[in-house]
Amino acid sequence: MAIITATRPVDRSSAAAPARARRGRKIRDNLTGYTFLAGAILCFAVFTWYPMVRGIIMSFQKTRRGVTTWVGLDNYTRIFADPSFWPAWKNTVYFTVLALVVGYAVPFFVAILLNELRHAKGYLRILVYLPVMLPPASALFLFKFYAYDPSDAGLFNAVLKFLHLPTSQWMQSPGATMPAMVIASTWMNMGSAVLIYLASLQNIPGELYEAAELDGAGLWRRIWNVTIPQTRLILGLLAMMQIVATMQVFVEPLILANGAGTQDSATTVAYLIYQHGFFQNDLNGAAALGVVMLGALAVFSAFYLRLTTKND
Amino acid sequence: MSAPQYRKVTAFALAAGLGLSLAACSTKSDDDGASADGKVTITVDCMPVGTEKDLLANWNADVAAFQQANPDITVKSVSVGTQCNNPPDFTARLAGGTTTDVFYGYMTDLQQVLDSGQAADITPYLNKDNISTWDDVDPALKSVFTDGGKTYAVPVKNYSMGLVYNKVLFQKAGLDPASPPKTWAEVRTAAKKIAAADPGVAGYADYSAGNTGGWHFTAEIYSQGGQILSADGKKADFNNAMGKQVLQNLKDMRYGDNSMGSRQLLQWGDLLTNAAAGKVGMFVGAPDATQAIVSQFKGKYEDWAVAPLPGQDGLAKSTLGGGEGYFFKKGLTDAQIKAGLKWVAYEKLTVGKGQFDYPRAKPQNYPVGVPQPLLFAKDSATAKAEFDLRKANANVDPSIYSQFESQQLPIKGEPRNAQAIYAVLDSAMSAVLTDPNANIDALLKTAEEKVNQLLAAGS
Repeated sequence: MAIITATRPVDRSSAAAPARARRGRKIRDNLTGYTFLAGAILCFAVFTWYPMVRGIIMSFQKTRRGVTTWVGLDNYTRIFADPSFWPAWKNTVYFTVLALVVGYAVPFFVAILLNELRHAKGYLRILVYLPVMLPPASALFLFKFYAYDPSDAGLFNAVLKFLHLPTSQWMQSPGATMPAMVIASTWMNMGSAVLIYLASLQNIPGELYEAAELDGAGLWRRIWNVTIPQTRLILGLLAMMQIVATMQVFVEPLILANGAGTQDSATTVAYLIYQHGFFQNDLNGAAALGVVMLGALAVFSAFYLRLTTKND
Repeated sequence: MSAPQYRKVTAFALAAGLGLSLAACSTKSDDDGASADGKVTITVDCMPVGTEKDLLANWNADVAAFQQANPDITVKSVSVGTQCNNPPDFTARLAGGTTTDVFYGYMTDLQQVLDSGQAADITPYLNKDNISTWDDVDPALKSVFTDGGKTYAVPVKNYSMGLVYNKVLFQKAGLDPASPPKTWAEVRTAAKKIAAADPGVAGYADYSAGNTGGWHFTAEIYSQGGQILSADGKKADFNNAMGKQVLQNLKDMRYGDNSMGSRQLLQWGDLLTNAAAGKVGMFVGAPDATQAIVSQFKGKYEDWAVAPLPGQDGLAKSTLGGGEGYFFKKGLTDAQIKAGLKWVAYEKLTVGKGQFDYPRAKPQNYPVGVPQPLLFAKDSATAKAEFDLRKANANVDPSIYSQFESQQLPIKGEPRNAQAIYAVLDSAMSAVLTDPNANIDALLKTAEEKVNQLLAAGS
């Protein structure tokens, strides 16, 4: 079959000139925007995308005696065989779930409480936000040396003893390690979440609460039927951000448990990456672990976004 | 300038600034350290930090004196922290290629340094012309930095482990400080008495976190006559009676006698902080631990003494030894390597200069009389000169180290892949110190499997 294509003669020079001019004008008009964009893109490219791509490449390589070779999946095989690999994932998921239950719910209810208060609002907001301003290392050292001291002199043990409750070994007890890390982490980080929730709560029209009250709704009913639906978007976004952040938990085990804790009870994936990269002369294994974590978080985020978008 | 123009200019300036700064970051220096007038410049790390005022002043004075004696050499000093080689920082510098020309590293770092491709082979330069005392340097220390017949670093510090103990707490517990424990059973008895005399004190303390627990497990199994790896280095060799004894001794003291205090998961600084505060009766450590207790953690020399490492049925069968040295960055010119060696020789390997300038250290309340480093071969002229000068200027009571010096135990080095193995052994150490029901057999079996997996994976 013959294919006939009809072409219309075009005077390229005359048609291209106005197009070029239009393009040029468009670029000139948006020059400021493009320039700012270039800066942002350059920053992302250099400090985020390049390391990411470099990490992925490194995860398939091995450097010995200054010579880098491609080793296929060797690094992945090795890190999967690392005896701490599965405990690290188990701990990380456990921390994330606990942090979601405690660290997600507590700031929300604190925000509701602060929103309901009539007096000392500003003072209490500062008080809640104060820990965020402390450097994480300082805050964690406070917990380590004063709150989680396993002797009866420790703050938490002194309180437990005063209440005639059994004391704990805190970071020295495998069972208490993760809850203790979550308590410290929640205390340190909840200020930001509380402020975001507060802003969101203040955008809820007062009439909705009035209507609910007229309908005889109590406090819980108002929270369930008005507050939560009205802050659903923020709640959803913060849930995802919190999960992604807590999956990368690192400073808490490093400082509170001096690393792995008792019998790997504090080893998280991020800490394992640090061990491979900086103590075991295995930057390539660390890169492979990083890629596995990136993959897991990417899959989770895609799934979560899809789920929440569908529901919206 | 109108507002839009101003914004454009600002944006350009920002973008240009960012681009330039990034370019500056990525620009690799092609400075070969030589200037037109024939001067050679070398960068050297491990300069004391600002808080170590005397040490820093000494270093700067040494640099000035060295440059005066060698007007064609300029030494640029860099400080990398009090420990000189904090493993994560060191790894980052190696990986980033940002080490100084002459850089400090542990004996166990050789493999990592070679893998990074950052070290120069300095074998052809190691002779009396460049380091006048080289022939007297202990051959065992030289061999630690040698791989495949090539030497990559100059040893400048070494240590071996003993039992560090607090004489004041010994006296308080009715123990004789002149007669420290010689066996682990005696350590246990002494620890019990010390803890009983003062409930706020740990009679004996040990590490169990940050890879230092594995490090001390290694020293303690060496004391039993054991080892971490088989002779061919391919299998773990600590899941045996000697390994069990190490953990059993600790568990007995921690939970049987309650003589190790409740605060565990200790690493280097934690234990020494407690020791300096008078809260630790005994611990395994090298003589330089007393220096750290005094200079970094504000303890007192007169409180401390060091004894040989105890063993199960008498003194230890062997002890753990290690040390540090200066590597030379690959790509240095001949002149830079020679200048670097000359500096290292001056600062670290010359009796009466640098670290061996005892007459200068004596009035500075910096300890003179610590029996390590022992860098020179035992019967060499340099070793004798160093010993005589140290003795003549000693400002610490020689009895602090006399027990340690009286018994020279055989020294074993750290195992291959030490840090990865230590991380595994931390787990066993932390378990017996935090869990009264810890199952030692199971702990050692798990650790053995893990180490064998690591070795098989060639990590």
